Amino acid sequence: MIISVASGKGGTGKTTVAVNLALSLKNIQFIDCDVEEPNAHLFLKPCIKDEARAYIPVPEVDEAKCVYCGKCRDVCAYHAIAVLPGSEGKKGSTLIFPHLCHGCGACSLLCPQGAIKEVNKEIGAIEIGEKDTMQFIHGRLNVGEAMSPPLIRQVKKYINLTRTVIIDAPPGTSCPVITTVKDSDFCVLVTEPTPFGLNDLILAVEVLRKLQISLGVVINRCDIGDGKVESYCKKENIPILMKIPFSREIAVSYSEGVPIVEKDISYQEKFINLYLNICGIKNEADSRH
Amino acid sequence: MKQIVVISGKGGTGKTVVSGSFAALAKNKIMVDCDVDAADLHLLLHPAVKERHEFRSGQTAVIDKKLCTKCGKCASACRFQAIKDDFTVECFSCEGCALCSHICPHGAIHMEENVAGEWFVSDTEYGPFVHAKLGIAEENSGKLVAKIRQIAKELAEKQTLDYVIIDGPPGIGCPVIASLSGVDCALIVTEPTLSGLHDARRVMEVAKHFNISVKLVVNKYDLNTAVTEKIEAFCRERDVPVVGKIAFDKAVVEALVEGKTIVEYAACLAADEVKNIWERLR
Repeated sequence: MIISVASGKGGTGKTTVAVNLALSLKNIQFIDCDVEEPNAHLFLKPCIKDEARAYIPVPEVDEAKCVYCGKCRDVCAYHAIAVLPGSEGKKGSTLIFPHLCHGCGACSLLCPQGAIKEVNKEIGAIEIGEKDTMQFIHGRLNVGEAMSPPLIRQVKKYINLTRTVIIDAPPGTSCPVITTVKDSDFCVLVTEPTPFGLNDLILAVEVLRKLQISLGVVINRCDIGDGKVESYCKKENIPILMKIPFSREIAVSYSEGVPIVEKDISYQEKFINLYLNICGIKNEADSRH
Repeated sequence: MKQIVVISGKGGTGKTVVSGSFAALAKNKIMVDCDVDAADLHLLLHPAVKERHEFRSGQTAVIDKKLCTKCGKCASACRFQAIKDDFTVECFSCEGCALCSHICPHGAIHMEENVAGEWFVSDTEYGPFVHAKLGIAEENSGKLVAKIRQIAKELAEKQTLDYVIIDGPPGIGCPVIASLSGVDCALIVTEPTLSGLHDARRVMEVAKHFNISVKLVVNKYDLNTAVTEKIEAFCRERDVPVVGKIAFDKAVVEALVEGKTIVEYAACLAADEVKNIWERLR
């Protein structure tokens, strides 16, 4: 089963929930897909055994073969290619803007002269490690790189379905999140009971419903703020899987990079219950289909 | 005219609380919410929408079942696994590259433009406000950010405003880069946690990569003073001025629940410090 932990709003406690859930269970594969700002490793402190560089293919033009026909520019949907035609006695030029390239391969495949080949451009790295019985994988986007989805897709290739897979998702509701949660069996949305938390929760729920992924909510810092998140969940028939009260102990433990289940073992049972809740809802949903 | 963006790397550190307060403190400015896929600033500014525009961006492939012979050429060429086994397009995966439409031997695939969201120009009691809503499960948030920034800048020039104040998105990817480009100053709001430091450091590197001047604020600094000191030392090393430290204050959440900016909600330590920060920044 693949369980992803997402949120809409940032800073609501995704990583806290994902990490503590993973540490409360056995034989987990933990995947941090927040490749822009990966944080789970700060808490899990895995022993990294292996590293792979992540690339996307970008075009390279063979100037000897290029006749500056402009076909590549015309087929590029991302405006990543400019062609300056040659004029009398002057050579033309084909310019590539690798930062705009999505690596779709259209230009190289459709060049009538076969003048474009693809070369790898590094966009980040994937690290693979272990912590006790847990397998740990995360991606790290290079600074200055704009597009995280290609890296997220490459990280997700490591998914091992013989284990329970827990995925820590990036915040928001756009392409990085969709790429991350796609194909999940269940998504846990972590929120806080404030107007910001509710606003972004509603957006995240809409996304997951569109993707047809089962979901449930964890309300973090449930005792500060107001009751509107709970009434929204009731109205929408969204299960509340767990409520975590605000505690200075959790906040300080988080700030030091220490998972709360390691500081206070009694939390383990709460996270095991969270897992059982998820399994229960998932089974019920499956039996209905 | 000065453009100031509030960013953080890590989400939930207090960007919108800070930029919302700037709306109440700064005179003669326009506000912009560039966190287009999880926009929250409108919950503090209570805009009256004056103009509403469709945001068209990107394309999605559509396969005509009558012409399709299921030869499979499109599926094997697509790098985004967007062609499903039944030869329909999985629209969440389609990146709109149009390669399939070019290579289909039967001309069965055409591209349709996406309506990827909406953007608005609004009036608020704090002045003009430009904001947007990315469509559910849509892409191209970076382009939508660039669009509303351009609109805000034009309005600011036309009305000879002094400031464009931008509430930025979390992360370091395309919407952040689009929020940063060409600003006069990026204010990083972080928190005294190892994650906060880790993420602030990465977004600081992004700002440096694009040659943007950076200042930093530590929010809830007293939750862990040892990590706050670490962040301050880190900033000293890099010549990044720390322009404020906001104490943890339950009034901040109370203000949120009331839909008010902290500087208007209550006279408290957090409100005083946010005022100081604005004075140091302007």
